[in-house]
Amino acid sequence: MAKLKFYLPVFGFFVIAIVLWRGLSLDTKTLPSMLIDKPMPNFQLTTVDGNNVSNADLPKQVFLLNVWGSYCLPCLVEHPTLMRLSEEGEIPVVGVNYRDKQNLAVDWLLENGNPFTFSILDESGRFGIDLGVYGAPETYLVDANGVIRFRHVSVLDETVWQEQFLPAIAELRAEGG
Amino acid sequence: MNYSSDFPTRFLSMLILAVIVFLGSQLLSSPAYSQVDTFEFDTIEQQKRFRTLSDELRCPMCQNASLSGSTGGVAEDLRREVHRMIMAGRSDAEIMQFMYERYGDFILFRPRLTAGTVLLWFGPLLFLLIGGIVAFGIWRRARQYSDNDSELDESQQERLRKLLDDKA
Repeated sequence: MAKLKFYLPVFGFFVIAIVLWRGLSLDTKTLPSMLIDKPMPNFQLTTVDGNNVSNADLPKQVFLLNVWGSYCLPCLVEHPTLMRLSEEGEIPVVGVNYRDKQNLAVDWLLENGNPFTFSILDESGRFGIDLGVYGAPETYLVDANGVIRFRHVSVLDETVWQEQFLPAIAELRAEGG
Repeated sequence: MNYSSDFPTRFLSMLILAVIVFLGSQLLSSPAYSQVDTFEFDTIEQQKRFRTLSDELRCPMCQNASLSGSTGGVAEDLRREVHRMIMAGRSDAEIMQFMYERYGDFILFRPRLTAGTVLLWFGPLLFLLIGGIVAFGIWRRARQYSDNDSELDESQQERLRKLLDDKA
């Protein structure tokens, strides 16, 4: 019994060491979204092209909501993936042009190609606040009922698409989305 | 004076030292340098609330800066939103709730008290308790030793004297 007590500090050391070691590999940069399983926030805005747009205009099927900006370099990195998805008709992609200028956004789309069904213009970033956006790029997976089901922060490349989005989408479509 | 009777005094002085260090760190860690915004307020009260709120809210794209201490885009937008809500007559609690609904626990520098954060809030107290119990145990044992074993009986003193004499 006395021996057991003698080993107590060693035991304590290992418990703390394991907890702290795990803490080192925690991702503190990626915030979990508060909007998972919540409906898309209401909006009444215009598109980058200047058309009025609201929740009613969103696709009535599973779609991606991609937050982008002309200033955003990682958005260029994920751009080919978004282009492929939209060209091959895999899934509709709706854009949110976040904290940008309309003319810069239009130029960016002309120069790089436009993968979006339409892009919601959010120059002030106010719609981004309702979405809980904290920096482009972010991509939300929204189901047929307009409920947000998944969020990916930072670049959506083919690997992320294969490993995270495809399984999630398969699940949603199996639900009858 | 031996170690055991000294313990409460030592413990007390350590405690006082800890309190001083704690207070010192609180004084030195003043809020980060505030961003200069051109928000207008009707009353000093509103301005004070704005200051407090933007110090209590964490910038979502930063790791360790408040809204008031960040030049980040979101921080700028959120400061504007805090200002708008104050001017619209919303309470501090409503503003905090607004932020929480969108950005979650991350945005609150002062975490809410939930099942998941109990350890965060009371962990230090728990460790203080464990440390106190251990320290008390050591002190009690030390006192036991000193009470029982400090005095040598006749034969022991005789033996000690002999040993010392042999050395000399």
